[in-house]
Amino acid sequence: MKQYETVIGLEVHVELATKTKIFCACSTAFGGEVNTHTCPVCTGMPGSLPVLNKQVVEYAMAVGLATNCKITQNCRFDRKNYFYPDNPQNYQISQLYLPICRDGKVEIETESGKKYVRIHEIHMEEDAGKLIHDDWDDCSLVDYNRSGVPLIEIVSEPDMRSADEVIAYLEKLRTTIQYLGASDCKLNEGSMRADVNLSVREVGAEEFGTRTEMKNLNSFKAIARAIENERERQIDLIESGESVVQETRRWDDTKEYSYAMRSKEDAQDYRYFPEPDLVPVIISDEWLQEVKERQPEFKEEKKARYISELGIPEYDANIITGSKRLADLFEATTKLCNQPKKVSNWLMVENMRLLKENEMEPEDITFSPANLAKLIELVEGGTINSSVAKDVFEQIFKEDIDPEKYVEEKGLKMDNDEEGLRVTIEGIVAANTQSVEDYKNGKQKAIGFLVGQTMRATQGKANPGIINKILKEILDK
Amino acid sequence: MANIISDETIEYVGILAKLELSQEEKEQAKKDMGSMLDYIDKLNELDTEGVEPMSHVFPVHNVFREDIVKNGDDRENILKNAPEEKKGAFMVPKTFD
Repeated sequence: MKQYETVIGLEVHVELATKTKIFCACSTAFGGEVNTHTCPVCTGMPGSLPVLNKQVVEYAMAVGLATNCKITQNCRFDRKNYFYPDNPQNYQISQLYLPICRDGKVEIETESGKKYVRIHEIHMEEDAGKLIHDDWDDCSLVDYNRSGVPLIEIVSEPDMRSADEVIAYLEKLRTTIQYLGASDCKLNEGSMRADVNLSVREVGAEEFGTRTEMKNLNSFKAIARAIENERERQIDLIESGESVVQETRRWDDTKEYSYAMRSKEDAQDYRYFPEPDLVPVIISDEWLQEVKERQPEFKEEKKARYISELGIPEYDANIITGSKRLADLFEATTKLCNQPKKVSNWLMVENMRLLKENEMEPEDITFSPANLAKLIELVEGGTINSSVAKDVFEQIFKEDIDPEKYVEEKGLKMDNDEEGLRVTIEGIVAANTQSVEDYKNGKQKAIGFLVGQTMRATQGKANPGIINKILKEILDK
Repeated sequence: MANIISDETIEYVGILAKLELSQEEKEQAKKDMGSMLDYIDKLNELDTEGVEPMSHVFPVHNVFREDIVKNGDDRENILKNAPEEKKGAFMVPKTFD
């Protein structure tokens, strides 16, 4: 059997986090009532004129700079013509000849090491509306709320060779863009969409094989599965003497297979021409410099700083900086309580456990840095013990309660009353003669049971240090 | 006429424009397009060596809008442009991806 290599390039669409659309002052808010965020511009009414949203240009520049692109200082828009009901103008305003960014690269890391993925270009364009199929009346319904929402399309070179590399690249883009605040990049909500261009060739071959484009990939898992599946499909075709057809395919993740899509028109001829309704965008050196100076500290620099200045283990630093939300929370909480390691531990252990249990992403976290900082101070100051703290954290995670008030109201303060505890423990020892005997016969574990019984008797509030001390005193007598 | 439009070209342009033309209309369109191209060919008489292609007449650039929401819900008016409406949406013939 011949050995094949997979060659993958990506087209990634990202919805920018502007308040308004790219060419009109309609809201971009997600989930509005059908067609309530529309106007003559974004519904393509004759005579309406687009006016460019400056923030779109700034976000596009910022993403380009962060991905080591050259910024096109004399940039223009072009018209891409096609007929489809989700596109009311019968053209999409996009960029073909002078896209805002070109020739970038990002570094990715996978198990097989570090490498660069080159970026061919990044261009600005408008999103289309949404079509909903109505079986009752056998028609399609169009909602133009999304029409005109600003997008950037990031086009990579065909530099990736595996699903792992694709995911590392997407994660890199996502973190970078989230750090910039340019988008929330949610694959499942469509604010980040990746189309996978894939071909296979024999190992060692110079020329690329015929590629297909895969659409409708809504999660990293779907992307990985689609890549595996398409690689196999193309190899099977080649092995059986057939050839791969250049086409767009749609991935069905529940059935785990793809099918060729009916093309938007039989003839894919977009007849691009310079957009006459928009004037050129000239980016001065000063403007470029301003945007450069506003660039935030990105993941890699942040991670290095957490390790060297704050003493956070590399593994934890990597995960915390992997999400802007976590990094922001970490920094804000640390600023309040000045205990970076404790903050990191709470975020990495209990927080991660609860996120996983509730199938949430770090972006969905609702608790405030102030309440986490207070909790850490309550533990460090000896007001509550660590097992009570876990329960309190769960309340903070769920409802962002104030831990000081909560501990007060529920009477959860640590029980440091040595005399009282001694009485309780003596009772427990007397009632559990078997455990005592086990302990005396060298079974160290038996003490754990007795500690547990004491904790239970004190509703978890006893100071574990004191319990241990008293237990040993009694047992080792 | 210097520019002769072939049957294939008319067919193709018809597809792109989503137009179904009768044989008569195709012949007429061939003639019209040919003479339009002849007219445009006049521009070739000018020497444009070293002249950058122009996409705008006025020397204007950087016309921007600040990112502030100014449009409210105008659905009622917008939907007056719909061929038909249903549940607040534009109702169109069934269209597949």
